[in-house]
Amino acid sequence: MTTTATPTPVEKLAAGTADYLDQRTGIGTFVKTFARKVFPDHWSFLLGEIALFSFITILISGVFLTLFFVPSMNEVHYEGPWAAMNGVEMSEAFASTLRLSFEVRGGLLMRQIHHWAALIFMAAIVTHMMRVFFTGAFRKPREVNWVVGFLLLILGLAAGFSGYSLPDDVLSGNGLRITDGVVRSIPIIGSYTSYFLFGGEFPGTDLIPRLFTVHILLVPGIILALIGLHLFFVVLHKHTQYPGSGRSDKNVVGYPLFPIYVAKAGGYFFTVFGVIALMAATMSINPVWNYGPYDPSPVSAGAQPDWYMLFLEGSLRLMPGFTEFVVLGYTVSLNVLIPAMVVPGILFTLLAAYPFIEAFATGDKREHHVLDRPRNRPFRTAFGVSLLTAFFILVLAGSNDLIATHFHLSINDITWVFRVLIFVGPWFAFWVTKRICLGLQRKDRELVLHGHETGRIVRFANGEYIEVHKPLDAHERWLRVQHDAIRPLEIEPAEDSRGVRRKGYALDRMRQRLSQTFYEDRIEPVTPTELAASHSHGEHDAVGPADEHAPAALTGAVGGGQHLVDPQDETTPDGRNR
Amino acid sequence: MKALAARRQDRRAPIVLLLLALLLTGGLYAVLAPTSADATPVKASTNDIDTGEKLFQANCATCHGPAASGTASGPSLIGVGAAAVDFQVGTGRMPMQMNGPQAQVKPVQFDQEQINQLAAFVASLGAGPAIPTAEQVDPALGDVANGMLIFRTNCAMCHNAVGAGGALSQGKFAPNLWATTPTHLYEAMLTGPQSMPVFNDANITPEEKRDIIAFIDQQGGTSPGGLDLGALGPVSEGLWAWVVGMGLLIGAAVWIGAKSS
Repeated sequence: MTTTATPTPVEKLAAGTADYLDQRTGIGTFVKTFARKVFPDHWSFLLGEIALFSFITILISGVFLTLFFVPSMNEVHYEGPWAAMNGVEMSEAFASTLRLSFEVRGGLLMRQIHHWAALIFMAAIVTHMMRVFFTGAFRKPREVNWVVGFLLLILGLAAGFSGYSLPDDVLSGNGLRITDGVVRSIPIIGSYTSYFLFGGEFPGTDLIPRLFTVHILLVPGIILALIGLHLFFVVLHKHTQYPGSGRSDKNVVGYPLFPIYVAKAGGYFFTVFGVIALMAATMSINPVWNYGPYDPSPVSAGAQPDWYMLFLEGSLRLMPGFTEFVVLGYTVSLNVLIPAMVVPGILFTLLAAYPFIEAFATGDKREHHVLDRPRNRPFRTAFGVSLLTAFFILVLAGSNDLIATHFHLSINDITWVFRVLIFVGPWFAFWVTKRICLGLQRKDRELVLHGHETGRIVRFANGEYIEVHKPLDAHERWLRVQHDAIRPLEIEPAEDSRGVRRKGYALDRMRQRLSQTFYEDRIEPVTPTELAASHSHGEHDAVGPADEHAPAALTGAVGGGQHLVDPQDETTPDGRNR
Repeated sequence: MKALAARRQDRRAPIVLLLLALLLTGGLYAVLAPTSADATPVKASTNDIDTGEKLFQANCATCHGPAASGTASGPSLIGVGAAAVDFQVGTGRMPMQMNGPQAQVKPVQFDQEQINQLAAFVASLGAGPAIPTAEQVDPALGDVANGMLIFRTNCAMCHNAVGAGGALSQGKFAPNLWATTPTHLYEAMLTGPQSMPVFNDANITPEEKRDIIAFIDQQGGTSPGGLDLGALGPVSEGLWAWVVGMGLLIGAAVWIGAKSS
């Protein structure tokens, strides 16, 4: 474009700089490759970006906070603008948090940005994980990246919890006391571990500096490294894409990174930052001056952790207290051990291991780059919903006191309802979701075989009424028939032809049972044969009455109605991005 | 009309209709909801025990007995003092509207003069705590920081760290304290209504009670960080992080995703 014109000074400067860098780093090839890298487009692919961008916001605001926060448990007397704390004895950590909030310019805003961004970070991780789970984006070759993402979730919990505890206020102190209790409930090593973590009897004087190191160095360092790995895998595997015409496991349909996604992602970073800043500027979060400096004696009503730890609180609240026993002089605190260790252990293990369980059940060794529509994998979708239901019930149980006061209910009744629901709810959610998925698949079959209802009723001369159906265009149809029908595994018999028992039969049998649980109930997609059969059936309907009674004008244009309305132009892109 | 009919098919129509319906319901409620009667404190008239007794017989004797000595459905009032009457009747808890886990606040049924007359009658039955003076409950005279320390040791486990209220067992609850007058706060500490323990003057001195009142007055409902979200702690923060934060961000993602295709 500028071949004929002489380059402007700005262009010259840019070209000069680029050339300088390229000669020394060879960055040109890198930029060329990346700028042309194609990404598929869908809003749900931005969910992970929310997590990334809120993490950047956390890093930036966190650096500001470290300039003023003093991670020390030395006792001081507060003197400052917050009247309710004047002269009160507190740790330097809490005093510096108050100073940060009320005396440092912009300090309170930065604290609130940091904390809101942390809540959004965890929420975005969970939402992103839901997207990956329900669309089956964890299948080969991405199982390892699922595990990396899972570790990021756990590290996010660790980062959040360690940061939440730093200001050394009553609420976070209560949280630490619960943590201490949970650690102590571990048989045999519990009390030793507690002393090791806290540097002596709880709360000690070592904890805040230790948590500080964990919170600003250890955990964020590992998170950054894993984010790098996570994104490296995305580049390596290429991004998954939703099913649609022209998309297969062998291609990526989308737009190049530059300029489309550079602009989109850049803009979205500022959107994420803007929303967090807006929340931080208008909504109070973690007002530690309400809770006061930590002191092991007081606990206030409504003492709960941040939302991502709330399920643990709920689990503890649901557990009946009588399950603590003294055996041979040793206390076995099942009332703490089960809700705080076993329950999250089960939930997280299922979450982390699911890709491997599913791969075992399908026996599928192929690579998958086209996503599943959730309805087409009823077991997986139902399983995910039931895990989420269990999590949600625990979150509600952790908020039982607020539910009681806000809806004028008895907290005892609520607790009992949740005690039942935590066993019944996930099963019920599983069943409902599976039925809905199967129903939606039937609807898809129906659409493919018979087309859209048009609401046009045609009466034949013999008095028969039929509704005209409009056939699906090629894109719509492909979307509904492209997936594989996964059937339960067939295994070799227990004995070979000579009646010798086969090695590995027991494992195969187990695998088959699992596979049957996953795929016994299924609706298979319409096959070309079925489609052809349905077409001829439609035409037969149409031809029959037309031959006998219908006016000539209607001949071939009426019936089960496959061709009464002209099919849409099959090359229009309308149906593609659905 | 034809344009309207066409628009009716728009897929945004249900959302718009829902919003309009909500707006209408809210608006109607705001207009039609009964406003709460505000009892203005009146200087207690000269001893009017007789009038108080008549009021008592007409409104309270059914449950508390004609001699205020209690029945199966209401406790004895002998010795509860004027402070208890001023609190229970002055906040609308008595006469009780319905049976339930605990007596609920409702619009006050008597004016301050009648309440004083009732209080005078009950006080005449036996010695009990008196209604505090204005000076005893003046938040300006209290030490906020000391109030904070006493409050969080004695009150926060039921009433929440800043008095936003909390749940008790079997549907009972510790109410929000922000709209309670200083006099009623003082009387509640002194007489221990319903599930609340009595904090007598040996337990928490009158000066310390005033400190607590000063703390509630200074801190309750103030929020330097913006909207207080009910001062309920991390649960409401988490809820709003999902509703506002994730709501806006997912909305923006859908918008950006829809922009190109």
